[in-house]
Amino acid sequence: MIKPVLLWTDALVFLLVAVIVAFVLYARHREHLRTPWREVLRSRLAMASLVVLAAYVLTGLLDSVHFRKALPVKNGQQEIQYSGEVLSLFDLLMGPVRTQVEKSYSAPFAVRLYTREAVIGPDGVQRRIYPRLRYGGRHLADPDRERGPDIARRATLAAAETAAAALLILWLSSWRLARRHAETPRRMARQLLRGDLDLPWRTALATVSLLLLLLFMLYNLAGAYHVFGTDKVGQDVLYQTLKSIRTGLVIGTLTTLIMLPFAIALGMMAGYFRGWVDDIIQYLYTTLNSIPGVLLIAAAVLMMQVYIANHPELFETMTERADMRLLFLCLILGITSWTGLCRLLRGESLKLRELEYVQAATAFGVARATILIRHLLPNLMHLVLIAVVIDFSGLVLAEAVLSYVGVGVDPTTLSWGNMINRARLEMAREPMVWWSLLAAFVFMFGLVLSANLFSDAVRDAFDPRLRQRQ
Amino acid sequence: MGEKLLEVFDLRTRIGRGPRAVRPVDGVSFHIRRGETFALLGESGCGKSMTALSLLRLLPPAGRIAGGRVELDGENLLALTERGMRSVRGNRIAMIFQEPMTSLNPVMTIGSQIGEVLELHKGLRGDALREKTVELLDAVGIPDAARRHGEYPHQLSGGMKQRVMIAIALAGEPDLLIADEPTTALDVTIQAQVLDLLRDLQKRYGMAVLLITHDLGVVAQMADRVAVMYAGQIVEQAPARRFFDTPQHPYSRRLFQALPDSSKRDRPLTVIPGSVPPLDRDFTGCRFAERCDRAWLHCRTQAPGWFDTGADAGVLCHLFDPGLVPETAPEATQEAGAASPEAPAESGSQPLLVVDGLQVHFPIQRGLFKRTVGHVKAVDGVSLDIPTRRTVALVGESGCGKTTVGKGILQLIRPTGGSVRFDGDELTRLRGERLRKRRADFQIIFQDPFSSMNPRMQVGDIIEEGMVAQRIGGDRAQRRARVEALLQQVGLRPEHAGRYPHEFSGGQRQRICIARTLAVNPKLIVCDEPTSALDVSVQAQILNLLKDLQASLGLAYLFITHDISVVAYLADRVAVMYLGRIVEEGSVDEVLEDARHPYTQALLSAVPDIEPDSGRAIIRLQGDMPSPANPPAGCHFHPRCPKARDECRRAYPPETALSPTHKARCFLLP
Amino acid sequence: MFAYVVRRMLYAVPILIGVNLLTFALFFVVNSPDDMARMHLGMKRVTPEAIEKWKADHGYDRPLLYNAQAEGLGRVTDTIFFEKSVRLFAFQFGSSDGGRNIGQDIGQRMWPSLAIAVPVLLLGLLVYISFAMLLAFFRGTYLDVSGVVLSVVLMSISLLFYIIAGQYVFSKLFHLVPISGYQPGWLAWRFVILPVAIGVFAGLGSSSRWYRTIFLEEINKDYVRTARAKGLSEPGLLFGHVLKNALVPILTGVVVVLPTLFMGNLILESFFGIPGLGSYTIDAINSQDFAIVRAMVFLGSVLYILGLILTDISYTLVDPRIRLS
Repeated sequence: MIKPVLLWTDALVFLLVAVIVAFVLYARHREHLRTPWREVLRSRLAMASLVVLAAYVLTGLLDSVHFRKALPVKNGQQEIQYSGEVLSLFDLLMGPVRTQVEKSYSAPFAVRLYTREAVIGPDGVQRRIYPRLRYGGRHLADPDRERGPDIARRATLAAAETAAAALLILWLSSWRLARRHAETPRRMARQLLRGDLDLPWRTALATVSLLLLLLFMLYNLAGAYHVFGTDKVGQDVLYQTLKSIRTGLVIGTLTTLIMLPFAIALGMMAGYFRGWVDDIIQYLYTTLNSIPGVLLIAAAVLMMQVYIANHPELFETMTERADMRLLFLCLILGITSWTGLCRLLRGESLKLRELEYVQAATAFGVARATILIRHLLPNLMHLVLIAVVIDFSGLVLAEAVLSYVGVGVDPTTLSWGNMINRARLEMAREPMVWWSLLAAFVFMFGLVLSANLFSDAVRDAFDPRLRQRQ
Repeated sequence: MGEKLLEVFDLRTRIGRGPRAVRPVDGVSFHIRRGETFALLGESGCGKSMTALSLLRLLPPAGRIAGGRVELDGENLLALTERGMRSVRGNRIAMIFQEPMTSLNPVMTIGSQIGEVLELHKGLRGDALREKTVELLDAVGIPDAARRHGEYPHQLSGGMKQRVMIAIALAGEPDLLIADEPTTALDVTIQAQVLDLLRDLQKRYGMAVLLITHDLGVVAQMADRVAVMYAGQIVEQAPARRFFDTPQHPYSRRLFQALPDSSKRDRPLTVIPGSVPPLDRDFTGCRFAERCDRAWLHCRTQAPGWFDTGADAGVLCHLFDPGLVPETAPEATQEAGAASPEAPAESGSQPLLVVDGLQVHFPIQRGLFKRTVGHVKAVDGVSLDIPTRRTVALVGESGCGKTTVGKGILQLIRPTGGSVRFDGDELTRLRGERLRKRRADFQIIFQDPFSSMNPRMQVGDIIEEGMVAQRIGGDRAQRRARVEALLQQVGLRPEHAGRYPHEFSGGQRQRICIARTLAVNPKLIVCDEPTSALDVSVQAQILNLLKDLQASLGLAYLFITHDISVVAYLADRVAVMYLGRIVEEGSVDEVLEDARHPYTQALLSAVPDIEPDSGRAIIRLQGDMPSPANPPAGCHFHPRCPKARDECRRAYPPETALSPTHKARCFLLP
Repeated sequence: MFAYVVRRMLYAVPILIGVNLLTFALFFVVNSPDDMARMHLGMKRVTPEAIEKWKADHGYDRPLLYNAQAEGLGRVTDTIFFEKSVRLFAFQFGSSDGGRNIGQDIGQRMWPSLAIAVPVLLLGLLVYISFAMLLAFFRGTYLDVSGVVLSVVLMSISLLFYIIAGQYVFSKLFHLVPISGYQPGWLAWRFVILPVAIGVFAGLGSSSRWYRTIFLEEINKDYVRTARAKGLSEPGLLFGHVLKNALVPILTGVVVVLPTLFMGNLILESFFGIPGLGSYTIDAINSQDFAIVRAMVFLGSVLYILGLILTDISYTLVDPRIRLS
């Protein structure tokens, strides 16, 4: 028995997904909405980064379906008790990687602990040795000899699986494309592999294959070894860094989602109505803007910490508390970051309101609210979109810095910032523990880089000033 | 006739790569002699500017010259290295551009921008440099040159900036000056000044000028020889006199016929159907064939060759092929019955709209508490009647407040004073819902067909918007039916309702805008320069449409324009504005034929005439229009008026009635 | 000019009042002083007496806004709002929750902050503008494309990585500079050089890409075509015309951060153990010293507004189109 848990951030994430799906359905048959997106995807870099982003998003979404497991029913107990531990679908998929916790540090692919331990041997003599890991490489009888070949065997298997899967996907996609273009699947496949199609499907396929290779590698290796080692308390670093994806995505998306309504509504109103409305809104954002961002966040987060600490009764589980803190962080980040977009939209609205189609609508006696929604909003959306994609990567990076400063996400939440923050001290150890840091940086880099490349393409396609130049 | 200075052979320019590359210049050949003015005439998108840029190898990054030769004094410019080319630019060939506002570097003084050329090509330094710069500024007629030397471009008016551009071009003492639409962005009175200046300088320095323009009038005043470009090719070349007497190519002839003027008032203008074809495709036949009234099958299948028709003259047209006998090439006749019957005069007697003492003042605010320190008097006491079924033209140069009058009447800008009575209602006092309801009766058509429609709405929704807002036109299905009917009424097809504005050309967009206003059954339409962004051939289509609609729907127009020829063709009454006030008003004949106010006279005389020797005395105005924030005391026009007297400086002249329908404000009038 | 500056200063007053009210609400309304006392004393064994004592020690034992017990002006002045918030306007920062004089600390600690922030800013400008000019000069070529891709890659890397990697390579591996610490006077350069280099390098990606966009925007303007038609060479164009125009947005964008340089760089100072205001702030956050955080929020706002004023003034100096009215 399980009990579903809908965290606040989950709800908002799914709301966001619903909005995006709704937009896609709406835009499908509207050429002027589709064209710029096709333009985006025509860039090979954008296509590849979109695929990578999709992989991240998928992980994050799997990690956003939360539930609590029922505890084993004790004798004479009527009510089912649920575990205090909130799990996600992703945790289930990770299976052993989550549960196989070692005693302490171990290096990537290690079979022994990274630290010496005093062990009393069968002969009763105490020795300081590197003991075998409880789980990592447990299946090997003679780890020193067998480990290399075992890893190679598993990797080869993964490669073979990838090849099979890639072929399957190639066949499926050529079949689908063939139906759309009224071609034979064989000819379509050839065109696809030569890169002759109007969209870079070949690049997409290559990226998917690469990701599949990683997936199968992990599938084959992660159960038997700690691919990225373990941390101080013996938890698998790969698991941690994968769990951090959700945190990064939530901060990157929900922050903008929270601030967008304010930024859009206030920016449009300030620009369109001018006068005292404009004065008030300008005062509001100049004031907020004048407080250094980090300090405002720090102050707000500190206050929230005090508040949460003084009101422990509000939260049922640790996870819920951490989630509330995450949401609050998004809120604070949103409050500090809407001003830029608001100012941009105000300026653009000032220009748009003088445009002749807005004047024409006024001349028809169209209501002001209708003018805002029908004439201003659709012509501002490209700016909003560009701001959203550009902000995303900045926010993901900001999370790491804020967690380092101590005003980031809850310390119990797995995030790249927390991982780096903890691993920082490990750098000073001799010998150094580097894998936590590396794992966090690599996964964060992957997300931020693909987001940046994607946002570049989006900007090129949507920014009219850039379009004119071409 | 001088020796040949520049010879261009079969010049071809591409923009972009691959099969979709645009070919704005496709096999252009011409030559220019020393000291002469050669005009390259054409509508927008015909490739004339690209030709000029190709000569100097200043194409945009995506562009490249794909073939041909450009010989300056026998030296092929296209074979020069970039370094070699740099010593040609600004030195032997100089160029001035259309937009003086953006063509100067905003953060450099005008002196240093001119000095740069002298330093580069003449090696001048220090005092000699400064002296020469001031001399050049003087030569282009910039008053107080020594002081202006250190000013920045934003401190100068548009006309002055164009003079600075000319000074920059002159600095290298070039053999050839390329002037790319040098006066298009300027007002007529300023245009007249600049054209005069160009002519003077040409004489003084003995330069050749390649004049690029779309304006037949400018060509008539300036050119020795003319070449007409169409769709990337030169279709006709001739000495100017001969060209204006007997244009040969069907396109040239149609251009003349499409020009509006008073003599064509009683009939629709001849139009060239369709628009200039896009240049990213291959042409099999003549490029003009699909718009040509004399085309026959041969024209569509066979590209025409060049046929000489005299000294320095030739045509790119099958009609002039001596080896071909045209199958049918009748001169097009006016389609019968298209002439719009004149509306009976009585119906125009009762005014639909009465504007009395309209004022639109914009406060100038300063300081912490937004203290009002002054007013920009954009409109300062304008009175005007518009009768039903009539067209009143409001004429003036940019900045005179004519657009503000239009918007003030429509209550798009709330007037600060005066009254606007429409059909008995005082519009300035209507508020909220009552004003919103009344808005159906008066509508507006804007100048720029590109910004007047929301790019994210379908044409059908755009046309329907007014009906929805006014809650007229029945249910959705009925409204859709009306939208389709309207589209047909303005010469488009019903299925266009499902398309987006960017899929249409400028002329088609203007038709959609007209349909949009018609949707709410207005009685008055304010037309704010509706054709000034359009080419002559398309302008004729729109003017015809407006005239037809007036006849069939009984509309009244307030036609705001700076274009006198359009006024002559379309208007019943004319009001001339200067600096926020109407200086002269009367019937179209009275004002255009017997202008009494010195400003009207100067304005009319400054309009370039296509008769090369009309023998008209041209009154040249000095200086620019003053700022409406700080109008001159007395008669606003006195600082520029050639006939100003003492009393003109003291008080604003009262209205003088010259006839029951003609009045003007000037002390000189009896 | 003088009148203009005074007027701009007056504009700043309502904004500072807003900031002040906001921080007051954040620090004293969301959580009562009792909550903070409890937090500082530790959750477990808190007695009402301990809370009262803590509040008295730190000056929080007053009503928030209105003191009914006090006499005369004291009703307004003898309150937390007046003591803790209004006094900030006179730059009286009071003492920290740890008992130190904040004003004095700020005076001491801003110099090391400046020793990092000023070189980062100046060196950064030089490097970014040169790099961006280089890319703009070779626009459209492979050099440009790879430069842009490199920029995107660089800006995708966390600042923390640059710091950690830099410390590891230069201090731990090659022992070129001390890993952290600070020493006043001229010897400071040994401690400053690495954080400055990292600070500059970390901004390379985003800044030079942005500056390149500014350059390209200018290059596509009409006046450049005019200059080209004069026969100017490509470097002549870039340095003579484009740079002058592009510097307007670049420099004015820099001026706005000038005053906030005093605040130091939180991350760099903390990692490298520089005793500046940045690490001061971080320490305050970590030890939950609200008095310091409050003071820094106010100081930061003042400096930011100063930056806005300086920006407006600098516009009038750099851009002839804008004249003070």
